[in-house]
Amino acid sequence: MSGHSSFQTNNPVLKWIEYRLPIFGFINDSLVVYPTPKNLNYWWNMGSLAGMMLVLQIITGVVLAMHYTPHADLAFASTEHIMRDVNYGWMLRYMHANGGSMFFIVVYIHIFRGMYYGSYKAPRELLWWLGIIIFILMMATAFMGYVLPWGQMSFWGATVITNLFSAIPIVGEAIVTWLWGGFAVDQPTLNRFYSLHYLLPFVIFAVVFIHLWALHVHKSNNPLGIDIKGPQDTIPFHPYYTVKDLYGMGIFGIIFAWLLFFAPNLLGEPDNYIPANPLVTPTHIVPEWYFLPFYAILRAIPDKLFGVIAMFASLFILFALPWLDTSKVRSARFRPVYKMLFWAFFINCFVLGYIGAKPPEGIFLVVGRLSTALYFLFFLVLPFIGWFERPKKLPESIATAVLESSGDDGGGGGGAPDGAAAKAEDRG
Amino acid sequence: MVKFAKILALSAVAALFASPLFHSSKALASGSAEPLLEVSWSHRGPLGTFDRASLQRGLQVYREVCSGCHGLRFIAFRNLLEIGLKEAEAKVIAAEYTTMDGPNDEGEMYERPGKLSDYMPSPFDNEKAARASNNGAFPPDLSLMAKARIGGENYIYSLLLGYEEEAPEGVTLAEGMSYNRFFPGHQIAMGPPIDDEAVEYADGTVPTKEQIAKDVSAFLMWTAEPALEQRKRMGVKVILFLVVLTIVLYGVKRKVWADLH
Repeated sequence: MSGHSSFQTNNPVLKWIEYRLPIFGFINDSLVVYPTPKNLNYWWNMGSLAGMMLVLQIITGVVLAMHYTPHADLAFASTEHIMRDVNYGWMLRYMHANGGSMFFIVVYIHIFRGMYYGSYKAPRELLWWLGIIIFILMMATAFMGYVLPWGQMSFWGATVITNLFSAIPIVGEAIVTWLWGGFAVDQPTLNRFYSLHYLLPFVIFAVVFIHLWALHVHKSNNPLGIDIKGPQDTIPFHPYYTVKDLYGMGIFGIIFAWLLFFAPNLLGEPDNYIPANPLVTPTHIVPEWYFLPFYAILRAIPDKLFGVIAMFASLFILFALPWLDTSKVRSARFRPVYKMLFWAFFINCFVLGYIGAKPPEGIFLVVGRLSTALYFLFFLVLPFIGWFERPKKLPESIATAVLESSGDDGGGGGGAPDGAAAKAEDRG
Repeated sequence: MVKFAKILALSAVAALFASPLFHSSKALASGSAEPLLEVSWSHRGPLGTFDRASLQRGLQVYREVCSGCHGLRFIAFRNLLEIGLKEAEAKVIAAEYTTMDGPNDEGEMYERPGKLSDYMPSPFDNEKAARASNNGAFPPDLSLMAKARIGGENYIYSLLLGYEEEAPEGVTLAEGMSYNRFFPGHQIAMGPPIDDEAVEYADGTVPTKEQIAKDVSAFLMWTAEPALEQRKRMGVKVILFLVVLTIVLYGVKRKVWADLH
């Protein structure tokens, strides 16, 4: 499948183009005949959903940018102008604001799926790294986007988060001043955040492209976590996964539409409908929900510098995951100990999220510290699990496993392999 | 069915992500422990629509009671057509206000009666002026109030009815402050703004203070979210469309995958 393109045509125009720029072959190889494990379950829908959300965010964002004014005196009013006077402006803005949340939900599930099925392991370490880079870029983009309406939470969120850099010894204060473009969050800050908020999605887009490039070298992992051994293990991406992804998009679209049309402010903070006021600090400064676990880690540490280090470490430690996990077996399905550990980690992330929304005092502080310790403990314990854990017996191949347990977990991928394999060959 | 179960699980996770965090962050931000008064609003629910008559009464309450101190800067007189006012009626209301316009051809600023395209004038020229005439307090603009407070229109309704003549024992109020059960910290600079018969309704509705509070709260929900009806109507159509589309896609998916089984 690799090397020479499988694309054949008799159309002279297409031939002419293909000879000079093999774009049809590229599309054919990566979206049509692209061999995909036949046993992917619905957790593998998240990648295409995330891609769809990125495109949707860019489209709505570009249109919003046509009506928005990045000025400290006008930003709030221009946002209301969008909500009130621009045709379907309310829909665009709600779609963009809630789209951010939906994007994060999908990406979080995507990351947890990768962790559960060991998708980060060799030879997919760089694929995993690129994913984390996308995640970090998303966080930066979302943070700066939240500042743009210039409400109270925009302003104070920006103040709190940028102030984190002041914890850096010696140069901290200078860095913060440099970030702000002044001595407080103000017009220069808003203006540059606007610029970067427009830029970063395209950087994300580029990294997504590289993410897919890396993905298409060794193909998707699968719920069994075993390698593709031959054509009998795969089916062509089209039509099998195109239609499955479209179906997933339908389900996702219903949830998204419900949020967008019936509860558009559910995930937002009421304080952000109050114009930014540098003289009035909100009682509780809370970041957007998708930052809460990291916010909890930040506040669990009594020292500011170490809090910031812990917060960034909680993110960057994900880069080390492929080497911290010493087990040769990928999928948690065959790793009884890791499976329990994974679910403990998963639940702990929710606990951290809950704590992140609470004031750091009393029982919340105690639980927050405990949860933070557990978060890092997961990564410390992981190497040892790989050494003493006795994994269950792995199936011979994807094809034989699918044959044995038809409909068990394949998400429709169960059943006889022969027809599919033959079909794949026809197309290939 | 297994697939359906998985999709359900997937949605459940999505919902899980959202709901507990949402509730916790809301609960945390509310300063007052007292639960808000509950009212039934016609604009709630997926098919909810504004009660036009109530909004118009609310407009009257705003103009006669609130507008002395509170602005409504995102509402233009033309917007009043959306709550059922005739163009002539809105023009009359607009003309009751004077606006500074200009400069004219001589380079002079001049005053003229308001037009439909004008925005509601704010009662004070600036924050300093507002504080000077309000015992140091700054009456906030009300355009977005129903979205800027936890509890939304229920909060406004509760606040308007939450005044106590006497502060409870042990609570000393500062000079010129009032006690309100629902205000964070309970000390509020705004005196009780409404009472029974604070306004006289032309449509014969009995102006109890509950009725007045309800009308003006509904009106402020409209000023905060004027596209609410359009949004919900479109939401119903979009979701119905997506449900049908998704069922079709599920069928196609089953059919395409059938040859693998």
